[in-house]
Amino acid sequence: MSDRALAVVRAGALTTVQDQGRPGHAHLGVPRSGALDAPAAALVNRLVGNAPEAAVLETTLNGCSVRPRATVTVAVGGAPCAVTVDGRPAAWGAPVRVPGGALLDIGAARAGVRSYLAVSGGVTVEPVLGSRSTDLLSGLGPAPLTDGIVLPLGRPAGPHACVDAVPHPAPPTELVLRVALGPRHDWFTDAALTALTARPYVVSSASNRIGLRTEGPTLERARPGELPSEGMVLGAVQVPPDGRPVVFLADHPTTGGYPVIAVVDPADLPAAAQATPGTPVRFAAVRHRR
Amino acid sequence: MRAMPVGAHALLVELDSGEEAEALHAELLRRRATGDLAVAEIVPAARTVLLDGLEAPLRLAEHLVSWDVPPAPARAEEVVEIPVRYDGPDLADVAAHWGVDEAEVVRLHAAAEFRVAFCGFAPGFGYLTGLPREVPRRATPRTAVPAGSVALAGPYTGVYPRSSPGGWQLIGTTDTVLWDPARVPAALLAPGTRVRFTPTAAAP
Repeated sequence: MSDRALAVVRAGALTTVQDQGRPGHAHLGVPRSGALDAPAAALVNRLVGNAPEAAVLETTLNGCSVRPRATVTVAVGGAPCAVTVDGRPAAWGAPVRVPGGALLDIGAARAGVRSYLAVSGGVTVEPVLGSRSTDLLSGLGPAPLTDGIVLPLGRPAGPHACVDAVPHPAPPTELVLRVALGPRHDWFTDAALTALTARPYVVSSASNRIGLRTEGPTLERARPGELPSEGMVLGAVQVPPDGRPVVFLADHPTTGGYPVIAVVDPADLPAAAQATPGTPVRFAAVRHRR
Repeated sequence: MRAMPVGAHALLVELDSGEEAEALHAELLRRRATGDLAVAEIVPAARTVLLDGLEAPLRLAEHLVSWDVPPAPARAEEVVEIPVRYDGPDLADVAAHWGVDEAEVVRLHAAAEFRVAFCGFAPGFGYLTGLPREVPRRATPRTAVPAGSVALAGPYTGVYPRSSPGGWQLIGTTDTVLWDPARVPAALLAPGTRVRFTPTAAAP
């Protein structure tokens, strides 16, 4: 392998390669996948001069460590964390030069869940159906990182951004998810519909890239039986038999049989990707607009 | 036909039957191909078609219900033939459900022409309609069903593209590769594809 490569020294709890995903294949059962906090991934790409579609690394809670073989520009964003180069503190949320052979460490998230590492040139593992994203539901794309693997890097596309600081939204202390009711709200009791938007929920520790699971009032069905499988969208609030709403994130299944009580505005999903277990969740009803 | 908004950018259209869903799916593909319809994803399912990535779902909903949707046209493409060894562990259970012997289960499955109604569950997994009789899922799902397993559940038959947990009744095995991301197209079966299963002798 050429020196455009990144050796993974510490893979962390769950670090995956992510880009903008592989939309357009839902009819074949292929999830969209892609970075959960897409604006954070786009921002770190911009900071190092990458195209928006370049692949980055998405960490989960405890960061990761990598060693580039050649000198690269990197940027770390998303969940705030300590960044060090050979043990010396470096900037978070800004371009950082990392000499070839130096150790770049992305520390544990101080707040939020997922940090993003962009490297100039992007991670250039072999794409699958037009995307380099790891899809944890169906196993498409590269496997999650493991200690010792080496990732290929592309040629830098352009100069890195000349900025000292850029605005990053802080991870949420309360997650407010705007929802439009339907398509299957008529499968639930009036009490359940009221509870969804009036009662408090918290983020469950069982959340992952497939869905944000919640704990709180159980939502009671108005009718028994099963729904024949139907297409599912990003942000769908599906209610499994345990009555606790699950918000579908990027690796969600393309069809499902549990009723969808409401759908979250996609603009609120990046915050959902950064909500740690125990974060209060409020579903706020909005009307369908013409 | 009932069209329900799904968030701000999608529409779920519910039909009275699988045949109507198939017809609407074909009409939506036709309109997308001619440029009449701008939509990112068209996802057919058992009784519904989901349209995702729409500019104005409610406006389309008003139009849609007045569309004159012709029956799905007969497909010109070849029938995909999938060779099967009918050696599945649930063959006897299926035979018992249907009140026939195992050879008759094989004969019925191999005599039918199936159509991919929709995909889901895993990349390349098609729900095929055309089964002459239904069969319940297994009471206890298996934790690992081998890739290539030919299976039945409800009104559907299908082939597991990769090893996964599953509750369908396993009646046979195929060496045909259902899903290969390096192949174009990656999925052997897409909605609308016609399929036949042909019996092969069990391996010695």
